[in-house]
Amino acid sequence: MEGFIYPNEAEIGWGILIVLYPYISGIIAGSFLVASLYKLFNVDSLKPVFRLSLLISLAFLIATNFPLISHLGHPERAFEIIITPHLSSAMAIFGYDAFFLLSILLFIILYEYRKDIVNLATQSSGIKGIFYRILTLGDYDISEKALKSDNKLAFYIMWVAFPSVIFLHGYVGFIFGSVKANPWWNTSLMPLIFLFSGIVSGMALVLLIYVVIFRTGRDEINLTCFETLANLLLFFLVIDVALELLELAHFMYLQEEGIELIYGLITDKLFITFFILQIGSGGIIPVVMLVSGKISKSMNFKKFVYILSSLFVLIGVLAMRWNVIIGGQIISKSMRGFSSYHLPILGQEGLIMAAISLVIPFVLLGVLIKLFPVRDNLE
Amino acid sequence: MDRRKFLKITLSTIGGLTGLKLEAKAIKTDYDWNEHNYTFVVDSTKCIGCGRCVIACKIENDVPLEPHYFRTWVERYSWYDGDILKVDSPDGGFYGFSDPDPDTDRKVKKSYFVPKLCNQCENPPCVQVCPVGATYRTPDGVVLVDEDYCIGCRYCIQACPYGARYIYPVDGSVESRKNTADKCTFCYHRITKGSKPACVVVCPVQARRIFDIEDAEKSIEFHEIMDKNRVSVLKSELGTKPRVFYIGIDSEVR
Repeated sequence: MEGFIYPNEAEIGWGILIVLYPYISGIIAGSFLVASLYKLFNVDSLKPVFRLSLLISLAFLIATNFPLISHLGHPERAFEIIITPHLSSAMAIFGYDAFFLLSILLFIILYEYRKDIVNLATQSSGIKGIFYRILTLGDYDISEKALKSDNKLAFYIMWVAFPSVIFLHGYVGFIFGSVKANPWWNTSLMPLIFLFSGIVSGMALVLLIYVVIFRTGRDEINLTCFETLANLLLFFLVIDVALELLELAHFMYLQEEGIELIYGLITDKLFITFFILQIGSGGIIPVVMLVSGKISKSMNFKKFVYILSSLFVLIGVLAMRWNVIIGGQIISKSMRGFSSYHLPILGQEGLIMAAISLVIPFVLLGVLIKLFPVRDNLE
Repeated sequence: MDRRKFLKITLSTIGGLTGLKLEAKAIKTDYDWNEHNYTFVVDSTKCIGCGRCVIACKIENDVPLEPHYFRTWVERYSWYDGDILKVDSPDGGFYGFSDPDPDTDRKVKKSYFVPKLCNQCENPPCVQVCPVGATYRTPDGVVLVDEDYCIGCRYCIQACPYGARYIYPVDGSVESRKNTADKCTFCYHRITKGSKPACVVVCPVQARRIFDIEDAEKSIEFHEIMDKNRVSVLKSELGTKPRVFYIGIDSEVR
């Protein structure tokens, strides 16, 4: 504690789990955008990662609920948000959008995997067979005509899902940006920054997982796809970094109430996570690396910098979530001091729970990849 | 006739016959929140920083005694030579106040106490953000939390610009309140029975006063105070429209 804080502010309400919740949900924005670019905007070079992107979106969408629900004081009442929502609350609307998105994402995956599901249903036996037979929804027609109409339907559903995903993550930013009591959160740029940082983190993760799958597998990386992902990452990263710097400029230029605290926050309390991890190694350095990879002719160098940049971006976006959520709470709303946050190891909001929250989407993804092959469709 | 009504009539009759009088207020169930409208006035020029209000509030409302949970607290604003402002609220003012800064030779130019509590805003951001509607504003002007419904998401705590809310801890004494948002209710259980909030009752200098402005007499009294003093609310720029009015504070009080 430093300076004066309101007595009730000694306790930080939103801890590490709420840092992870927008981090995990942000991944969906990026991975689903990759899928949409292929399906809706004819970026054919992304075909090899189309299915993977869909599965990443689904795994992370399911997993984002874990930190969100487990941080609640009464997790057993969590469904009240859906059953009896208070519609003026940003948080209640998020629940609906996420729920809606989950349903349509499941449909998209069912349609995309129609042929595989029907084949697997007829070839498998036991529980596995029952599972796939349920997923066929009783329809085993995989004639050219049927597949074409399924594909068409998936295309239209995708057009509903795409804006929903963009809205969902912009909305996560709005949950924070609409808190007028907090000078570090209260900016109209917040939804945009959340959206673009989410997009870059998702794209970086698609790129990394794609590489991991193919390093351990027998196939080779599709270089055109790899390069397209890196290009997209660079494109969105430039916008993301620009927005983050513009937000900083906005604070510094306006000099509104609370500016001394914001200054103290970024130059002292959050110096490492803000300037070094978020802006530096999470933003500017990957931009430089991606550009150098782009102009290099050496494929090995390209691979190296694209992979390293993706890792840096993923760490940078996590730091950004930390800076927003923890940073916003260590600033006292009295505008006269700072409280402090210590990450416990154990407990509901501890490091172990955080680690579990981060592992869950990858475990889910592993299961999904096992159930819905991503390779067969890869080129 | 239901059982409750039957018991009430029987008890009243027996009580009346034997000369005992049941206290009407104690069993009064006909409180109509449409017929009341509460507002609060804090006269900072009167507050002596004794902290009795903080203690009374904690006892009356089962607020845990550990230092950082408060439905009400007292802040001290001290101006030193050189226009240096120091604000403090040791243990929320629970134990009163000692010398603000014994190590300095600077002279205190001006100093006063500011009791704080929920502002029961007319446009409360805490109510707006609650995802399940567990926190709501009653027609008589008090913001309450339904502890059986609150999911403990803490969004209201983030949204309150005044730091007036906290999460009731698991080691607190009220089972139903554990892990839910807690805040000042103007002692709703008391005011709806015609009593005053605990902090108002124990204040030795009448620095805290509550008015039901639907009551003609109280309304006149309230408006007299408003007319005779320069009155402000906290953080008016946020558009929350607080219903707690302050007399004698500087703009530095937030």
